[in-house]
Amino acid sequence: MSRELTFKILRYDPQDKENVRAYFEEFKIQEAPSMTIYIALTQIRESQDAGLSFDFVCRAGICGSCAMMINGRPKLACRTLTRDLPKEIILLPLPTFNLIKDLSVNTGVWMDEMSKRVESWVHSSHEVDIANIEMPIEPEVADAVFELDRCIECGCCVAGCGTKLIKEDFVGAVGLNRIARFECDPHDERTIEDYYELVGDDNGIFGCMTLLGCEDTCPKHLPLQTKIAYMRRKLATVKGS
Amino acid sequence: MKIKYCDALVIGGGLAGLRSAVAAAQKGLSTTVLSLVPVKRSHSAAAQGGMQASLGNAKMSEGDNEDVHFSDTVKGSDWGCDQEVARMFVTTAPKAIRELAAWGVPWSRIKKGNHEAVINTKKTNIFEEDDKHGLINSRDFGGTKKWRTCYTSDATGHTMLFAVANESLKLNVNIEDRKEAIGLIHHNNKCYGAIVRDLITGDIVAYVSKGTLIATGGYGRIYEITTNAVICEGIGTAIALETGIAKLGNMEAVQFHPTPLFPSGILLTEGCRGDGGVLRDVDGHRFMPDYEPEKKDLASRDVVSRRMMEHMRKGKGIDSVYGTHLWLDISILGREHIEKNLRDVQEICESFAGIDPADEGQKGWAPVHPMQHYSMGGIRTKPTGESQTLQGLFSCGEAACWDMHGFNRLGGNSVSETVVAGMIVGNYFADYCINTQIDIQTDVIEKFVHEKEAYMKNLVSKNSGDDVFKIKNRMKKIMQDYVGIFRDGEGLEKAVKELEELYIKSKNVAVRNKQLTANPELEEAYRVPMMLKVALCVAKGALDRTESRGAHTREDYPKRDDANWLKRTLTSWKEGDTMPTVEYEPLDIMKMEIPPGFRGYGAKGNLIENPISAIRQNEVDEMVEKMELEGKDRYEIQDKLMPFPLQDEYKRKNIRLGDL
Repeated sequence: MSRELTFKILRYDPQDKENVRAYFEEFKIQEAPSMTIYIALTQIRESQDAGLSFDFVCRAGICGSCAMMINGRPKLACRTLTRDLPKEIILLPLPTFNLIKDLSVNTGVWMDEMSKRVESWVHSSHEVDIANIEMPIEPEVADAVFELDRCIECGCCVAGCGTKLIKEDFVGAVGLNRIARFECDPHDERTIEDYYELVGDDNGIFGCMTLLGCEDTCPKHLPLQTKIAYMRRKLATVKGS
Repeated sequence: MKIKYCDALVIGGGLAGLRSAVAAAQKGLSTTVLSLVPVKRSHSAAAQGGMQASLGNAKMSEGDNEDVHFSDTVKGSDWGCDQEVARMFVTTAPKAIRELAAWGVPWSRIKKGNHEAVINTKKTNIFEEDDKHGLINSRDFGGTKKWRTCYTSDATGHTMLFAVANESLKLNVNIEDRKEAIGLIHHNNKCYGAIVRDLITGDIVAYVSKGTLIATGGYGRIYEITTNAVICEGIGTAIALETGIAKLGNMEAVQFHPTPLFPSGILLTEGCRGDGGVLRDVDGHRFMPDYEPEKKDLASRDVVSRRMMEHMRKGKGIDSVYGTHLWLDISILGREHIEKNLRDVQEICESFAGIDPADEGQKGWAPVHPMQHYSMGGIRTKPTGESQTLQGLFSCGEAACWDMHGFNRLGGNSVSETVVAGMIVGNYFADYCINTQIDIQTDVIEKFVHEKEAYMKNLVSKNSGDDVFKIKNRMKKIMQDYVGIFRDGEGLEKAVKELEELYIKSKNVAVRNKQLTANPELEEAYRVPMMLKVALCVAKGALDRTESRGAHTREDYPKRDDANWLKRTLTSWKEGDTMPTVEYEPLDIMKMEIPPGFRGYGAKGNLIENPISAIRQNEVDEMVEKMELEGKDRYEIQDKLMPFPLQDEYKRKNIRLGDL
């Protein structure tokens, strides 16, 4: 016999000016083999409440759309199997991001601002001739850059961050990881002083309280704390004006 | 009424859309990108295996160049492609990958010295010379003569997408996510932008622009089981169709990928087989060499998918509660290789199938089954990317039928196409926007806005009618059962008939949730009729095409018929109709650089020849022989055989190691 699962889902629609109340709603469904939260929510929407809002894109753990609070922890809902959870499953939207509706939050706007803030692109003064042979890169260095480039900007690290919860402008592990990524990329000519200008303050690298929430919740298992500590040591050597 | 103006409007925020936007922004145009989701979440992120570009760097890539890439692409297309476009593509691909490297994509690099690879299940030693150290590496993929697919582990699409998205942010491209284009603004056969619905507030706004480019990807979600992301519903294609002017090309050409994970439909990259993984049956037997002795597990995707289905029909599949499947074995590559180069594959197998594919023997085999994967068809364009019939509407990437894939796309050629077309088409598009003025009256725009506003209000006002989810699921089932890997006249007749009935029904749905703001049910209500139009174009095109070519396999017409079917299907939709209008566009053999012949894999002799092929082949052979005697180089010979248009900056020769 399969289990009967109870989903307690936070419902709130900021667009609905008549009902300004947030509340929990319960949905019951029968558990199926290999059921993920994606499969369960899709089933609830099709059979019980067509207005329930949530976000999925790739449904394969690759795009980062579906991060939400699952029984109190930020996780990718698409690859969270119900069999790993108790039969009561509580779903909340990610904190710290603007709520769109129910489980859907606006990560895109925040992430774009973060990317602009840390200037998340290669800074180079070289004119590259794309018809010519590319610049050689040490294979180990390319691999090291890739290790940090794997971040999918799902928002779990931000949602799991104590600093971000009390400090609205904190750039978060996702932003600091971008800095660490470009710091080790030979294509990028920025210096430690340049990075200091971007994140050398309490809303940046010196704001982190090392609570480890980011690394604990990162679905891609990025070495976020190690990299933040590394960058903090480097930036601490820059003398402020 | 709200109107927003910009020079260049791009609908779709994946790799093709963003790279086009970069092209427009580089030329100083005010550029807006509209996207259903944050752009870094686009389906491009899911591309795992890599991007084809004939760099010729690695040992197993030696001797590769544009000509070899071109030949593979044309054969892969089963001669359905536009050879001029394929030439434009292969000439620009090396430049695209080098540009991306400069933008920071951490391509896997060659390490000098000896390293081990699994080739044809045997461990083989490959030696890389010193001068290759640090250059971009490549892996093997199906249907290619050389190892040409460049990669970053198995997260290639992700790293490319982030690089291009960040480049767009750097250039201040105006990216607006959670915005859906639901109609095009057009007047006197000219496109002026789109009517756009804000997916949060529900506001309907006119985005008016000098030029409009659609890069919304494929339409896999019209099928029940697909590797496509949930946003790949073909709405961009549908809004072009709904103009009644723009046409869609080769919609029946739908690719099925051999190795999605069963039953979830999550893709396991072709890189699995490219790196040496193999398919196995119920007895653990590696069966592909029995069918395709030459290319084995690495024949092109249409061929491998069909052979798998054939083998399962012979009773060699593995039965499970979800149905029959086969095994993909990558355990033979070794744990170290998997944990470095196929890490996402490992994670997907662990999360969705509860297995570790690095475990030796059957314990690590992954259940796989061919599933819908890619749409070769799309908005029909000229080589510049502009619609042949609706001026000012451009399209590129999977949404377009540009048409370099013909009836079967090679793995690694689509992610490559996104950026390459983004560069080429993006540039033509930008030039168009520079040279065009907005000469439309606001009252015309207003009419389009009011129509859509009224449509939305009408949708939520109905209290009784059909359930939109039921209609959608039925459509998916019909496409799955009758318009799949193997097709026949009887099934397709049924499909077309029932899809038409569903389309009529879909106009009478009742939406239970009455909010005009963020409301997933309302979205379904306006999308499903559009999806049904797209589905009808696929099914009707497949019914009328009485031959087998590439991924389009008719069991009642098993031969490729060059005598009658060397032509592109064009579908359009007249307002008020319940069925598409089908026309054809002939392919001219006398202009081809490679006239139709045998592909080198798949069944031999399964072909109705066109007598013109031999005439052209003769002509080509004579020209080549004569020019070679005159000491002409391959570029001069190629130019004589088939000149092709391309911007000067992209037409330049690609420098390779041997040229120095």
